[in-house]
Amino acid sequence: MKKLINRQPGILGRCLLGLLPFVLILLVYQSASSARLAENPDDRLLPAFSTMAETVERLAFEPNRRTGEYVLWADTLASLKRLALGVGIAALAGLVFGIATGAIPYVRAGLSPVITGISLVPPMALLPILFIVFGLDELSKVMLIIIGITPFIIRDLQGRALEIPEEQLIKLQTLGANTWQIVLRLVLPQIMPRLINAVRLSLGSAWLFLIAAEAIAATEGLGYRIFLVRRYLSMDVILPYVVWITLLAFLIDFALRRYSQWRYPWFHASQR
Amino acid sequence: MAIIELRNVWKEYGADVVLERLTASVEEGEFVTIVGASGCGKTTFLKMLLGTEQPTRGEFLLDGKPIPDEPDATRGIVFQRYSVMPHLTAERNVMLAGELAANRWLGYAFGQRKRQLREEARAMLDQVGLGHASDKYPHELSGGMQQRLALAQALMKKPRILLLDEPFGALDPGIRKDMHQLVLNLWRTQQLTVFMITHDLEEGFYLGTRLWVFDKDRLDPQAPGAYGARITYDLPVGQDDKQTLKTITAQVDDTARALS
Repeated sequence: MKKLINRQPGILGRCLLGLLPFVLILLVYQSASSARLAENPDDRLLPAFSTMAETVERLAFEPNRRTGEYVLWADTLASLKRLALGVGIAALAGLVFGIATGAIPYVRAGLSPVITGISLVPPMALLPILFIVFGLDELSKVMLIIIGITPFIIRDLQGRALEIPEEQLIKLQTLGANTWQIVLRLVLPQIMPRLINAVRLSLGSAWLFLIAAEAIAATEGLGYRIFLVRRYLSMDVILPYVVWITLLAFLIDFALRRYSQWRYPWFHASQR
Repeated sequence: MAIIELRNVWKEYGADVVLERLTASVEEGEFVTIVGASGCGKTTFLKMLLGTEQPTRGEFLLDGKPIPDEPDATRGIVFQRYSVMPHLTAERNVMLAGELAANRWLGYAFGQRKRQLREEARAMLDQVGLGHASDKYPHELSGGMQQRLALAQALMKKPRILLLDEPFGALDPGIRKDMHQLVLNLWRTQQLTVFMITHDLEEGFYLGTRLWVFDKDRLDPQAPGAYGARITYDLPVGQDDKQTLKTITAQVDDTARALS
């Protein structure tokens, strides 16, 4: 009999083992929920799956009686817009500053300390300032995401740009390249897949900042809805929303990963 | 006029002398092979040729003028690894020099110019035996094929001097033989001046026209950095002299042991 560290599950075994914890969580929830509901049918803390399904149907497929909106989709659209805008601008700024500080020693000497300093400021502590400066509208929520993740992306890309083998920088110069061409033909293409990586890593924080900002000041959005219905202990709304946010996060991450693998095969080959 | 001329060149890092009193001149079209123990300044010398390091004393002349103090198109190079761009296919790697020259701002070529560069690149790839692999990325090529690609890429720029930094060090012996043939062919057809660094003394002994041995002829075992390495042998290649090879091997091995 082989030692445990040398035994590999087959493909079926791996799928079943992976699914097992999910099934267990659902079972535990199901039994706890039925127990509470048996004692008090009006219990709101652990709603039955059927109740949650009804709520989701109402939120997703019936227009709101007051506003005429489909609440779930309106919330999703509002949140995704903020997320896309915030992450998009942060990625662009990260790319520009990451490459500039990574490739050009003079820019690095000038900007690196201040970027490190800014990255140490807890973004949530800046939220009141953002609300004061940018008002309670979209801008301050997007700004929180930008301020929250841009320093990380810049520092990560600066490091990646510095990792480009010196041989390649020299090689390009011997082929007649000037500084700008080195940035455009060597640094930028090599940094792009790493930018996607950095964005994937920072998406978790981006969601955190988004939901926090929405919780405090918003009129729609996934985070706003969760914190709104909290007052009524509407777990039948909160739990499906949390699952939905998780699913969205997973899908975005998955799409970015597949895109990167398709677009930059050479990068993923070198990562193995 | 000599293409490379060294007049009493020294290279020191603080108190450590790496190279001292180098005086030599190399004519256009020569193929200089440089051997020596690790730590005897072969790579430092190559870096000075490349322009990434400067001599601390003496004159290092290219075409009678001080050699430029940064890498440029006059000197092409093939390193042991990382020489080709991993994000470009073989063909695009070879087109790179032409594309950079075609557009100073974008570094890309378009239309007619691009088609022309592609044809030139295909011809060069055929010449180095990579005609079938033009659409492959470097990571899909073997080590030997990557080095062929690196040679093709460097030669597209038609450098005055081609520098080879242990280009075959990581290759299997059989493949190394093929690469020697390839390099000799390219050297002849393109009329290059070549400097090649190698670990392999025998390789240096029959490849090229001239052999330089870098060695420390004064070596203080208590202070290995006190004296620098010099060119202890400057031999024309071609005569098959087993005794000289043996002597040099013994001396280089002694130095290597003393330095390690």
